[in-house]
Amino acid sequence: MATYQLTINGEDRKVEAVPNTPLLWVLRDNLNLTGTKYGCGMAQCGSCTVHLDGTAVRSCSLPVSAIGNKKVTTIEGISSGEEIHPVQQAWMDENVPQCGYCQTGQIMSAVALLEKNPTPNDQDIETAMSGNICRCGTYERIRKAIKKASNTTAK
Amino acid sequence: MKTEINESKLFKVNRRDFLKSTSLSMSGLLLGISFSCSDTSKKLTGNPEVNFSPNLFISLNGNGDVTLVAHRSEMGTGIRTSLPLVIADEMEADWNRVKVVQATGDEKYGDQNTDGSYSVRMFFTPMRKAGATIRLLLEQAAAKEWGVDASECKAQNHEVVHTSGKTLGFGYLAEKAAALPMPEESSITLKSPKDFKYIAKQSSIVDLKDIVTGKAKFGLDNNHLPNTKVAVIRRNPEPGAGLKSFDGAKALEVPGVLKVFTLDAPGFPTTLSKPLGGVVVVAENTWAAMEGRKALDVTWNKGINADYDSHTYNGDMLQRAKTKGKVRRENGQVDKALSKSKKIIEADYIVPLLSHAPMETPCALAYVHDNVCEVWAPVQDPQGVRKTLAEALGLDIKAVTVNVTLLGGAFGRKSKPDFVVEAALVSRTMGTPVKILWTREDDIQHDFYHFPAAQHLKVGIDENNNVTSWLHRSVFPPIGGTSDGKEKEASGAELSMGMIDLPYAIENVCCETQEATNKTRIGWLRSVANIHHAYAVGCTLDEIAHARGMDAIQNALDLIGSDRFIDFSSLTPEFWNYGEKPEDFPWSTERFRKVIETVKEKSNWGKTLPKGSGQGFAAHRSFLTYVACVVEVTVDANNKIRIPKVDYVVDCGTPVNPDRIKSQFEGGAAFATSLALKSEITVAKGAVQQSNFHNYQVARMNDAPYETAVHLIESNEKPTGVGEPPVPPYIPALCNAIYAATGKRIKQLPVRLT
Repeated sequence: MATYQLTINGEDRKVEAVPNTPLLWVLRDNLNLTGTKYGCGMAQCGSCTVHLDGTAVRSCSLPVSAIGNKKVTTIEGISSGEEIHPVQQAWMDENVPQCGYCQTGQIMSAVALLEKNPTPNDQDIETAMSGNICRCGTYERIRKAIKKASNTTAK
Repeated sequence: MKTEINESKLFKVNRRDFLKSTSLSMSGLLLGISFSCSDTSKKLTGNPEVNFSPNLFISLNGNGDVTLVAHRSEMGTGIRTSLPLVIADEMEADWNRVKVVQATGDEKYGDQNTDGSYSVRMFFTPMRKAGATIRLLLEQAAAKEWGVDASECKAQNHEVVHTSGKTLGFGYLAEKAAALPMPEESSITLKSPKDFKYIAKQSSIVDLKDIVTGKAKFGLDNNHLPNTKVAVIRRNPEPGAGLKSFDGAKALEVPGVLKVFTLDAPGFPTTLSKPLGGVVVVAENTWAAMEGRKALDVTWNKGINADYDSHTYNGDMLQRAKTKGKVRRENGQVDKALSKSKKIIEADYIVPLLSHAPMETPCALAYVHDNVCEVWAPVQDPQGVRKTLAEALGLDIKAVTVNVTLLGGAFGRKSKPDFVVEAALVSRTMGTPVKILWTREDDIQHDFYHFPAAQHLKVGIDENNNVTSWLHRSVFPPIGGTSDGKEKEASGAELSMGMIDLPYAIENVCCETQEATNKTRIGWLRSVANIHHAYAVGCTLDEIAHARGMDAIQNALDLIGSDRFIDFSSLTPEFWNYGEKPEDFPWSTERFRKVIETVKEKSNWGKTLPKGSGQGFAAHRSFLTYVACVVEVTVDANNKIRIPKVDYVVDCGTPVNPDRIKSQFEGGAAFATSLALKSEITVAKGAVQQSNFHNYQVARMNDAPYETAVHLIESNEKPTGVGEPPVPPYIPALCNAIYAATGKRIKQLPVRLT
């Protein structure tokens, strides 16, 4: 066991974990941040996507010991209070989710994409989102929601 | 596959009984709905007989809040929204004032088994009647308050309006309505469909905001019980074969690991409900459990399927499909007609084992203590889970509570209770709450797979270019064989999913099966046997069209023949109409023809496309819903297949929640793309060879259709299922499009062009 001082959603959080524990399980088991989901454990599906200094990473394959001072943002940290992130709003406007399980990871990938590239084209969207599997098959609406959010945020 | 509702009854409930039944403390107008039910078909589910006097609950309290108890499991179809929407519409409630609470698994709610695409179909009318009764009660209460005739009062948008213009809110009227006698059934009038406000209109799912903000609770997201431990299980790769020996010493050295012990294996066949057994590792947290499991040293028994090799098995099935089998439908004389044919089309089709792979793997939280068991789990059939838990734990069923969380996808996998039983057994041993997690490897390697299937078709065309004979042999191990080793041949219900319900007017038809012994756990996957039957039939029809020199859609319309209701019962005694009486849901060639004609128009069928592109067509009725589909593909020089456009035309009766119907079809197209192009489970020496999404591939954004247009036929017919019907016609339409683009016929799934 080791102690790690992490910055998660702008807060300092101290956790006890063995060094190779994936960030995913630290978030879910130690910190009760259950919006980040387990899907594969090998960075194949994107359900566990969070931001590390603003970059989308797969938290199932990122050991807690590798985080250091980098800032972690989870789905719980992209909106504040009742105010909802424009990407989440676009997801609601387009009625994207079906079962909803993968959608937090999808949204985190989309937010990271739009922060780097506010006006992505179809190819950009495919490249950024192809690491996120949705078994319900909501891909078409995800693409529409990203474009909608892009119009909102680019204005 | 479903329970039939004979009649429904609405009655008043007092506060105490409401609290007892729902754990919700409410006042105002409190109502229960009872259904009287009978079993029509348990052929596929193997569920026990259910006889009950069940209740669903509705409350309207003094501040106008409406609470509805949703009894169907939500796995992405929107059902937790669609059924309450129906009540709200009929009672003229403001949807924003309606709260939906998930029911626990209990017979008091009636049939809760959410599969077979029948929830809306079965509950539509009872829910409408309940809503209409409440509306009438509120109007009567307002009339009494004003001293006017009830005919002068009309409920609209959460208030009752008098002809003079004065109004009273639903909240104000709640207690007053509760004091009135229940109206006679004959005095209740349902709304005219043109007055629907929510039914057949766009509406969002109730869980939308919780989902996008990460607050929605799925199976593993319940952390409310102190001292919860986490367990993973190593299972024999050969289902049911059990353990020879194990050494848990190294696992126990992993920090956080608490206990290592075994669960018994069920033997083979495993049944549809028993856990697979294995070596359990329980730890303080998930990662410790996973690391502990890695450190186990295990030697497995070899069972009766230790030599199972799926490649050999499928090849054997195909050989058998080429010889005379057991006749399941026979009309006319196929052999004779074939011998007189001018042209003969012969085709073989193979579909591999397939895994459900919902994004949320099987998981559950259980706490067994003091002869009580409570679980929180993503399950499709909470009552079945409850009963199985009671049996496995030796508890009275009343001591078992099943809380249904949201389901992170299911597709049929979570209709089985095995993973919940595991959690409960481990909790009992530990004396603490326990979460069980199936890793993705566990999920892919220990599923209840979609049947592997081999089919042989032989079709004769005479000198007048008419199709005169149709021989179809289908060989696959039945779902029943997962419970009973003696069941080796497909059931009538399984064959009524796209084989013996062949609707084409061909004079000589013969459908046959051969035995196939289950070698692994087989279960139902979204649209079940329709997957392989619709694939083979849809592709063969395209070959027939080419042989006849006809356009594929023209060929289909020609073969359907005149508008009629097909009496399949007279064609084969084994016909099964998804549990419905044929007179209630007849097989209408007119509705079938209509979806096909409409897709021709909507898809711009026959449009000019560049080289390497093509359109493909197929149509299929499943779960009583008529679907026609046109898929457009492009295949590039590297044989990469892209799907720019899909057109679906759907006749599912009254479309209750059009946006959710459309989303089921968009998603169904992506799901079927996985089955057609990406996914395959293979078995060698009894063990599944795939383990995760790198080698059991599913459609990603760049594989799925770019655009899926869903055209709904306007209808006031009874609503029918939409969760499964998107899948069957899509696969042959896609394969036929690939043929149009490349000239290659697809005889085996998944598609391999190189």
